[in-house]
Amino acid sequence: MRSLPFLIVSLVVAAIIFMIARTFANDYVFFAGYTVLQFVVLATAWNILGGYTGYVNFGTAAFFALGAYTTVFFHKAYPLPIPVLIVIAAMVSGLVGLGMGYLTLRLRGSFFAIATLALAVVLQTLIVNWDFVGGSRGAYIIRPREVAILGSYIQYLFLIMLLLSVAAIATARTIERSRLGYGFATIRDDELAAEAAGVPTLKLKLIATMISGAFMGMAGAPFPYYIGYLEPASAFGLPYAVNSIAMPMIGGTMSWIGPVIGALLLGTIQQIATVTISSAVNLLLVGVLLVAFVIIAPNGIMGLLKRGRRKT
Amino acid sequence: MSEQLLNVAGLGKRFGGFVALDCVDLAVKSGERVGLIGPNGSGKSTLVNCLCGTLVNETGSVTFDGRKIDGLIAHQRTRLGIARSFQLPRPFLSLSVAENLRVPLLYTVDARPGRHRMTSAELHDRCLELLRLVGLEEKAHERPVDLTQVEMRKLELARAMAAEPKLLIADEAMAGLSQSEVTDIVALLIRLNERGITVILIEHIMRAVMSFSQRLVVLVSGRKIADGLPEEVIRDPEVERAYLGQ
Repeated sequence: MRSLPFLIVSLVVAAIIFMIARTFANDYVFFAGYTVLQFVVLATAWNILGGYTGYVNFGTAAFFALGAYTTVFFHKAYPLPIPVLIVIAAMVSGLVGLGMGYLTLRLRGSFFAIATLALAVVLQTLIVNWDFVGGSRGAYIIRPREVAILGSYIQYLFLIMLLLSVAAIATARTIERSRLGYGFATIRDDELAAEAAGVPTLKLKLIATMISGAFMGMAGAPFPYYIGYLEPASAFGLPYAVNSIAMPMIGGTMSWIGPVIGALLLGTIQQIATVTISSAVNLLLVGVLLVAFVIIAPNGIMGLLKRGRRKT
Repeated sequence: MSEQLLNVAGLGKRFGGFVALDCVDLAVKSGERVGLIGPNGSGKSTLVNCLCGTLVNETGSVTFDGRKIDGLIAHQRTRLGIARSFQLPRPFLSLSVAENLRVPLLYTVDARPGRHRMTSAELHDRCLELLRLVGLEEKAHERPVDLTQVEMRKLELARAMAAEPKLLIADEAMAGLSQSEVTDIVALLIRLNERGITVILIEHIMRAVMSFSQRLVVLVSGRKIADGLPEEVIRDPEVERAYLGQ
């Protein structure tokens, strides 16, 4: 299916999902759904760099928090509507992604991963010491109760995240099938041979980092309105890094479908666990599933399906 | 009169304390067929890596097609017209055989100034044409992991050819091939040469080197010890001692 028809189909599916969600009398569906969709965006964004080019990024939280703190900054300085904040967050995170990439993409494998982790820590330290956005005291953002047409504010946030998910998935899919996608795949497979074949590997890696970072920032922009209170320890928290790596790995890193499956599966399990047991058990679940999949199915769920199809 | 395509002057490369290449000079004329031989560890692959930009040489300079290419990275040199095949095949495992050839077409041939972007159909046809040249047409949609060693070497060569180079460096492309396969590859390289591609053949199989080369260069312990007509070079006593055995 070409890109434009896919986009239209995705929007239709998104509209259907939204309508179904509205039939529930309870707003909880939107709260839980928002978190799951947020992970769809983060997982898809991570996969553009981590899955397609093979450069594992441990700094997802940094880009996510950048988006969130961009919102906090503007909320205190000059309030803007969320869609505008998302665009600004995309630019900020994209630029930081470019900068980070320029510094770290000459490093290979585990060195790159460690460098991204280090950068996340640097960013967190900067934010903790920045009084205007609240520093370690955190920042309160009072969520408006209602919004025109839709009703409750959370439905508006859910809709935004739904549209962001469509945008992220459509972007990932378009990249996958394009000239850029071939370039990314060769970087993952054999960077030396890719260079010898004429692929400008550094330039492509920078593009991947920029796009990946931008979407992570976009996912973070509405977050302060969702959570109401933002503080560095939770904005830069480990769950973001771990989940955005685990979800694509469990779903399958080779195509856009993997992160979506991983995010929906893991996100839903975590929401159920939060409600039934406790939210502290979430990371344990992710850890156990990740270990299981790495041992049994290193290519994720999509890998298992492909293997099954080849046998028949 | 064919002009000089490649001029290597005083090329030196060290790995820590180990001198891999020691002041190597090499001049290759456009359209020439040069054979490069030497014992294992003599620096042949290091020389190729320095020419192609995969490694950076410490001393010396390389001029290609009239311009100094020192400082250019590998993909820039490929776009200028130097292509190489790797000694141990390095295919793109997640792509199909045909897609492996698509990559240099997309990123080298298409990227050259003055070339129009090929359509998907043109790319597909060109991939199949190249596969036909090396006899891999039937395997177009298979994965490299399902190919035999010999087929992988042919894919490696085809991928280098796909970049439409002016200079093709074949690094031990025939290791492990049968007699008839070696003859086939030599014939293929001669056909490419007739189309105007300059070829440097690095090989251990003397039969192939002698039947292919117009000029033979011998590298021992990082130094060039002979450079001339093949029949004269193999009778050189120093070459016999170092490489061929007395």
